[in-house]
Amino acid sequence: MKAYFTRAYTISASHRLHTDALSPEENRATFGKCNNPHGHGHNYRIEVTVGGPVDAATGMVINMATLDAVVGKNIVARFDHRNLNLDPIFSQRVSTTENLSIAIYDLLRTALEPAILEKVRIEETENNFFEYSGG
Amino acid sequence: MLLLTRRTTFSASHYYWNADWSQEQNEAVFGRCANRNGHGHNYTLEVTVTGAVDPVSGFVVDLKWLKDVIEHEVLDLYDHRHLNLEVPEFAKAIPTTENIAIAVWNRLVKPVTAAGGAKLSRVRVYETDDIFADYFGEA
Repeated sequence: MKAYFTRAYTISASHRLHTDALSPEENRATFGKCNNPHGHGHNYRIEVTVGGPVDAATGMVINMATLDAVVGKNIVARFDHRNLNLDPIFSQRVSTTENLSIAIYDLLRTALEPAILEKVRIEETENNFFEYSGG
Repeated sequence: MLLLTRRTTFSASHYYWNADWSQEQNEAVFGRCANRNGHGHNYTLEVTVTGAVDPVSGFVVDLKWLKDVIEHEVLDLYDHRHLNLEVPEFAKAIPTTENIAIAVWNRLVKPVTAAGGAKLSRVRVYETDDIFADYFGEA
């Protein structure tokens, strides 16, 4: 009986879409308002999905307290109320929400073991969202 | 493949308790959810079916029919009830969001399949806006 459990977390962070691989003009053309030199911010809603058999004793795929602790330590403490661009992960990668999804997936996949991380889905705004399932 | 989802809500109380464990063990694993006086949620239930679009009606299924099936098979038993005390499948199984998704699937899969034309694809149960479980049947 494989089921999937999802819990959403919210972080608030600033970022700026910019790459040294492009000229200032090209950065502005590519990233538009998101290239504003002083940055801007979002309330990110991060959905973390864990899959697996439902434990017969607890009725759970994963104990939410365990999931909260892992996400709190590895994701919320690291990114909430921070400038994403200053995190080492984004020193060479643009802090798009695509790259944030991949970064969070990679951080959680090992931290959650032996639980199986199935998917990370991030809403940057109500209308923009991104999913990464590995691979 | 076309997926069609009907959303509905129900309100119910529950608690998390494993009768094979001591009170301390239950409280260690389930925290506040182990309070035997219970607590409650407004659950949102999403039932997704899949199938071919009927060339005459343009429907995968008649949504009114699906609504009635969900009401008869699930909501009449779950809504404004205590899940542990009043719903047979939770006399032993703990009414976690995961187990509710599986139980709803088990209640719906036969009537949806028997009607022909559509298959049950997914049951999603939201316990709160930020917590939900998905069940897609036996893999």
